[in-house]
Amino acid sequence: MNRLFPCRSGTRRRRIVTRTSRSTLRAGLLVAAAALAFMTSACRQDMHNQAKYRPLRETPFFADHRTSRPLIPGTVARGKLGDDKLLTTGRDGDKSSDVFPFPVTAEVLARGRERFNIYCTPCHGRTGDGRGMVVQRGYKQPPALYDPRLRDLNVGYFFNVITSGFGVMPSYAPQVPVNDRWAIISYIRALQLSRNAKFDDLTQEEKSRLTKESSGG
Amino acid sequence: MAQVFKPSSNTYSRLVLSGVLLGVGGLGLVGYLLNTSPYNTGAYMARSQPVPFSHKHHNGELGIDCRYCHTSVEESAFAGVPPTQTCMNCHSQIWTEAPILEPVRASFRTGQALEWTRVHDLPDFVYFNHSIHIAKGIGCASCHGNVAGMNLTWSVAPLTMGWCLDCHRDPAANVRPREKVFDTTWVADNQKELGAKLVSEYHVQPRQDCSTCHR
Repeated sequence: MNRLFPCRSGTRRRRIVTRTSRSTLRAGLLVAAAALAFMTSACRQDMHNQAKYRPLRETPFFADHRTSRPLIPGTVARGKLGDDKLLTTGRDGDKSSDVFPFPVTAEVLARGRERFNIYCTPCHGRTGDGRGMVVQRGYKQPPALYDPRLRDLNVGYFFNVITSGFGVMPSYAPQVPVNDRWAIISYIRALQLSRNAKFDDLTQEEKSRLTKESSGG
Repeated sequence: MAQVFKPSSNTYSRLVLSGVLLGVGGLGLVGYLLNTSPYNTGAYMARSQPVPFSHKHHNGELGIDCRYCHTSVEESAFAGVPPTQTCMNCHSQIWTEAPILEPVRASFRTGQALEWTRVHDLPDFVYFNHSIHIAKGIGCASCHGNVAGMNLTWSVAPLTMGWCLDCHRDPAANVRPREKVFDTTWVADNQKELGAKLVSEYHVQPRQDCSTCHR
């Protein structure tokens, strides 16, 4: 050993002691640094709150504090050009359309029911009777959607009412995209039919099912 | 040379060593508990707002769907806080004289936005996306709690990375039928079974690599 690590007698012990105290010091410093880092970590939020904008975050930069800037008039979002006039206006030439801009499938109807229940039921009610919760709280009651007068109106008329509002009803254009408006109209047609359908209109299968279910099945 | 250490020193040295280890570990544990506690995360603390909007009233009692106001939650990362116009859809007609709604009317008159206090604030280095969670059957309540029962809104989750990963590692504990996503009062009878079934049905494959949430 002494050959490999030659050292003068008497110094060996001292060196070991020195080593020990150094490593103790180092360990102590580490613990202190860790404790310091731990104690101050909760106060450092630089990366949590970065100097950048996230949606609707406030900013002192603009007078109105909005990072989401109002759109310049005439702005057209990608894919929202509106070149399909029937789809985006519900008009066919100079009159409101009698036909849907796309085929009404079961998926469209299901989507229409879902969107109707979200955006229309607060006033129009789940069945379209016009006695939704907000109406019960004092909002002006709209006519029932299955009212004969409304049944005779064409789909383009409904599209215009959803888009622009009617009477006290506000425009739902900001909340309901174009395709969903048509889906809602298809579901309104279904609600209208449901209140005016005759037993004979059903298929044989539906007839037997209805008979079975109404007899307590 | 006389013995420096007595036999009892063994015991003392063991005590000191284990004390240091336990102390360091205990300090870590206390730090962890403090860090994830509502004291630090602000969970369960109702925030005061410019208008004391009640989710309990609008959603729980009147039954207005979450999406009536949070229109972009299904298509975008951000659920969306409604513009004042959405409030005025109803409040142009009802509660028109209520003093507590004056800030809403003032905002509508002047075009100055209402400045709501954020309740759920993720760090800016996290890129959370609402739409994918909705599409995969994670209900609002899984992160926001039973909002339909809250007057002033509070958060119920620590929103820490560990909390996010808990669900990303075991989504079956939270995935629910898509038609129940917006019903914050709904609770499954057999979440384990149902969750496992829905995870495969909806192809729920939550990722756990860093770049999923950090970019």
